[in-house]
Amino acid sequence: MSGYLKNSVKTETPGVNSLSRRGFFGMAWKGLGILVGLETLGMITAYFFSGKNKNTGAPRQLLEAGPVDSFGLNSVSAFMGGRFYLARQQDGGFIALSLRCTHLGCSVSWEADKNRFICPCHSSAFDISGEVLNPPAARALSYYPVLIENGLVKVDIGTLKERTRSGKDQLSYAP
Amino acid sequence: MRSIFLHLHPVKVSESALKLDRTFGLGGMAAILIVIQIFTGIMLRFYYVPSPASAYDSIVYLKEHVLFGPFIRNIHYWSGVFLLLIAFLHFLRVFFTGAYRGVRKINWLFGLFLLLLIVFSNFTGYLLPWDQLAYWAITVSTNIIGYLPLGGTALHEMIVGGKELNAGTLQNFFTFHTALFPLLLLTLVIYHFWRVRKAGGVFLPQKSEKDEMVPVMPNLVFREFIVALLLLAVLFTSAALFDAPLLEKANPAYSMNPTKAPWYFAGVQELLMHFHPFFAAFLIPLAVIIFLAWIPFMKFGQEHNGHWFISDLGKQSSTVTALFAVLVTLSGILFNAWVVNFEILIPGIPAIISNGIIPLIILTVFMMGFYLFYLKKLALTKAEFVQAVFVFIIAAFIVLTLTGIFFRGKDMELSFPWKI
Ligand code: FES
Repeated sequence: MSGYLKNSVKTETPGVNSLSRRGFFGMAWKGLGILVGLETLGMITAYFFSGKNKNTGAPRQLLEAGPVDSFGLNSVSAFMGGRFYLARQQDGGFIALSLRCTHLGCSVSWEADKNRFICPCHSSAFDISGEVLNPPAARALSYYPVLIENGLVKVDIGTLKERTRSGKDQLSYAP
Repeated sequence: MRSIFLHLHPVKVSESALKLDRTFGLGGMAAILIVIQIFTGIMLRFYYVPSPASAYDSIVYLKEHVLFGPFIRNIHYWSGVFLLLIAFLHFLRVFFTGAYRGVRKINWLFGLFLLLLIVFSNFTGYLLPWDQLAYWAITVSTNIIGYLPLGGTALHEMIVGGKELNAGTLQNFFTFHTALFPLLLLTLVIYHFWRVRKAGGVFLPQKSEKDEMVPVMPNLVFREFIVALLLLAVLFTSAALFDAPLLEKANPAYSMNPTKAPWYFAGVQELLMHFHPFFAAFLIPLAVIIFLAWIPFMKFGQEHNGHWFISDLGKQSSTVTALFAVLVTLSGILFNAWVVNFEILIPGIPAIISNGIIPLIILTVFMMGFYLFYLKKLALTKAEFVQAVFVFIIAAFIVLTLTGIFFRGKDMELSFPWKI
């Protein structure tokens, strides 16, 4: 194909500036070839990127964790099925912390005697609000939104929220 | 079959190309192992089920109810390990005998690509058993992608098919491991061999008068046959004696301690213990790959002459550089683990500076010192100098890899192999 194109370009009369018919078709073919290439590339990209992100637009998936009063202040309860820790802060605020260490994704575990989450993989540590206490992790633990309705704590396990620092506005309080 | 096999060979071959220490038969061994991988891989596919619910159970079934099931799986496992090791040795051999110059330039690039392909074939296969070892090793390794600049997170989510390992990940890895990579590998290996033949066979130092051409059959073919038999003997013995690992079924709620990357990534993992991921998983590997790919295109006033390590001076400088690299890497690891961790020492500044730029500058100072006080004084040719740089990289890489595999215990603390 490209050999043919080269030939067709070479046969142009030298010194003539205007595009010969063969030269024109040569260019048209080339253009068409590039177009086909781009279309294929676009199609492949679309094919791979559109189907793979299964997280977008997921409906709310509420998991009922239990009545507000069953969680003591400054306590952490594990919900391994939902892959989160429900942590109640000293001031009564709730947060549902993802198990996933923000360093490289291992599961952190709550060590009550040390009052911190510790990651077994590279020893990152996080406090009860998910804030980093010890590197290599650089970001606070991600969390799932907590809703409190009729005295029941519910966690929306369909929506994972990432953050850099932990803050008061990420906590949910019983009305 | 016989004629196809012979067709891959020329009719005659130079006698000195037959000497074992010219190639050690490494390229040929790699080709044999690839064929074995394809055979045993297809056999395993008759039993394996690529879904998180059944993958693990299908392997347990294979182990417990299938005649020779464990043996085939062990062969596939060990052959994968050997393939990577032998391909790596082959790469060293080609470099140190200078078989990458002139017409062989492009084949060097294909070789590098094949090496990466073998690494990633191993890597994608690592996940398939879906046990604790696989699940967590792939979790930490794939999460590194998320630290790449410009779209690292998107790339991570595309490869994993979500934020954490799931059925989609297994399906992706299965497709890479059993369709895309083998197809590419097979095609490119044939092409790789064809280019070697077209370049005139094994690269030899300046021809001496006495070098005679001898017929390939039986001279070369017989030797290949012996190498193949020995290789198979070692492989089958390993497969009979040592089982491929299989721990409990993957449990996403409970991480292993320690969680280690697959062994061929232990070097990068060790680097990650000391550098910010941007440096450890991106900048440094990228720089190394660019350097390696660039080697045949550098202008060396004087070409590599085809002798192992070029010259006596080349040998000497390589040895000293290797020792220096081992020393610097080891002391760097110990210093960072026991004496100073800049990320903890100076917590106020971004980790990319405290844990990236600062240690990198310190290392550069040491390397400059070594260059000024040793390498520069030897008045090496450019080829010999590039060889020293190469040796430094490889030696450091090997030290990092061995540390990651054998000297990281609970909580990834440094410890001795017998305590792990
Ligand atoms: S994954 Fe948690 S510290 Fe590395």
